[in-house]
Amino acid sequence: MSELTLTVMRLGFLAVLWLFVIVAVQVIRSDLFGTRVTQRTGAQARRAPDRPQARPQQQSTGGGRGGRGRRGAPTKLVVTEGSLTGTTVALQGQTISLGRAHDSTIVLDDDYASSRHARIYPDRDGQWIVEDLGSTNGTYLDRSRLTTPTPIPPGAPLRIGKTVIELRK
Amino acid sequence: MSSNSTTGGTSTVSAGGLPSRRNTELGLLVFAVVIPVFAYANVGLAKNGTLPAGMIGYGLGLGLLAGVAHLLVRKFAPYADPLILPICTLLNGLGLVLIWRLDQEPGVRPENAAPGQLMWSALGVALFLAVLVFLKDHRILQRYTYISMAVALVLLALPMFFPPVNGAKIWVTIPGVGSLQPGEFAKIVITVFFAGYLMVKRDALALASRRFMGLYLPRGRDLGPILAIWALSLMILVFETDLGTSLLFFGMFVVMLYVATERTSWVLFGLLLSAAGAVVVASTTTHVQDRVDNWLNPLQLGANGGVTETAQVMYSFGSGGLFGSGLGEGFTRLIGGIAVKSDYILATVGEELGLTGMMAILVLYGLLIERGIRTALAARDPFGKLLAVGLSGAFAIQVFVVAGGVTALIPLTGMTMPFLAQGGSSVIANWALFAILLRISDTARRPAPAPAPNPDVEMTQVVRS
Repeated sequence: MSELTLTVMRLGFLAVLWLFVIVAVQVIRSDLFGTRVTQRTGAQARRAPDRPQARPQQQSTGGGRGGRGRRGAPTKLVVTEGSLTGTTVALQGQTISLGRAHDSTIVLDDDYASSRHARIYPDRDGQWIVEDLGSTNGTYLDRSRLTTPTPIPPGAPLRIGKTVIELRK
Repeated sequence: MSSNSTTGGTSTVSAGGLPSRRNTELGLLVFAVVIPVFAYANVGLAKNGTLPAGMIGYGLGLGLLAGVAHLLVRKFAPYADPLILPICTLLNGLGLVLIWRLDQEPGVRPENAAPGQLMWSALGVALFLAVLVFLKDHRILQRYTYISMAVALVLLALPMFFPPVNGAKIWVTIPGVGSLQPGEFAKIVITVFFAGYLMVKRDALALASRRFMGLYLPRGRDLGPILAIWALSLMILVFETDLGTSLLFFGMFVVMLYVATERTSWVLFGLLLSAAGAVVVASTTTHVQDRVDNWLNPLQLGANGGVTETAQVMYSFGSGGLFGSGLGEGFTRLIGGIAVKSDYILATVGEELGLTGMMAILVLYGLLIERGIRTALAARDPFGKLLAVGLSGAFAIQVFVVAGGVTALIPLTGMTMPFLAQGGSSVIANWALFAILLRISDTARRPAPAPAPNPDVEMTQVVRS
């Protein structure tokens, strides 16, 4: 085997090895750069004045047809405070259960949460409803404790123990 | 599902609504099988001038293993991470080629190790698949917190009853079958225990503390478990003279403690305790003392007039240079001792693939660890988070301890490079480790099941209309 062939193969192998590494990094590139990092202090300050405007808009679209209502509907649930801060769950028409039970969609590691604390589900109009499942310490929307299933306005903080959850678009 | 799994590179990774990315995995897997076959051809051409006879069979064997693994992952963990399986396959395949390449050199013991290693790899993949098929949910493991502690202790204590091999009592010899290193399996089992234990005790460990000079000092009764683990790892060191495993256990526990409690003081405590332990053991045990001496003075001449193995490994790195001598053209057979194919396999990488290839291999290990940590971030339950962090932390520490030992950054310890080095237990245990990580990532990325019909919604509708 000539020296040249071996040199070409040697460098070729290194190139192929690095090509694999680069392809692998491309696959996870979205992990490194694609996720949006929201700054919590800034975002809250910005959201506060928005909220009064957002709410009537939500109500007007909620009364319309399913297609229009769904466009303004929140697409994800974000945990903004507590031990699970930063966790997001996409809202895709499924019921989301919250609590300390291991089979909950979001397992709360929180001394003030009950094992089956609350659930969040969509009604027919695509409006997201939160219902307290008889928890000991209660579920709070903004400042008020929930007693009945209540629609969640986007951006309103939903507090369970030390955990705060928001629905976002 | 097929429309779901076609994917571009632009999708954001956040929980839910994700493409399953199985086709990405398949593409990478084909790539990961082709590279070792290319390496195999490369070695044959360099050594004998012809393509090696077993190339087709070897390629088909590796391809078959990877294909079966891929199909079962598609079936049983469709939303699992797309990178873990291809990278493991690539590292395992490259390891097989390197071992086969060293088999070509007469006098490198153990002779003809590649077929055995291929068999162990197949067993490892089989265990990987068994874990994926039978472990439906990683949260089941949480039920066995204290049982896994007992199992881990038994596994660790077993080698004490067997004769030492090469100065370390880490082997269990089963007559007629071969020898196993139970420590490799204990690594996984004890991670389950740590994750289950810390999940329950994290609040006590994090909150009940006194503030002293800017540090949170834990209470005595909370300090108990960390001291017990420390004593345990020291005992492994003293009785089994296994520096690597004790470092691995203690390091992993400190990592998980830090992740569970978010207290820097635990890291500080861990470093102090491990430093104290290392000093005590290094000054009392001759076996460890020799290793430290070799590390501090690698160029010192031994009793037979030669330099230490550490120095020989450094020579081979130097001889490799930036681009290496080419596969099959190095001289790592000149490294003395019996560990050229296991502990010192990175020396062959460094000489024949050079710094460039060595970096690629280390980046691959880094990517595997990154996927593990990413899985931990995506997991939605604290037990899964801790388990994923612990498993990838253990893997990271093992890679660091071996690579650091071979490159003379830290004293050499008797551990094997995961997937790359020759050694049955290591390959099998690491395949099982990544099976658990795949299971966690599948649970984390899987979209929730379709909504069940909800009577309350119906009632709301009735009231509204």
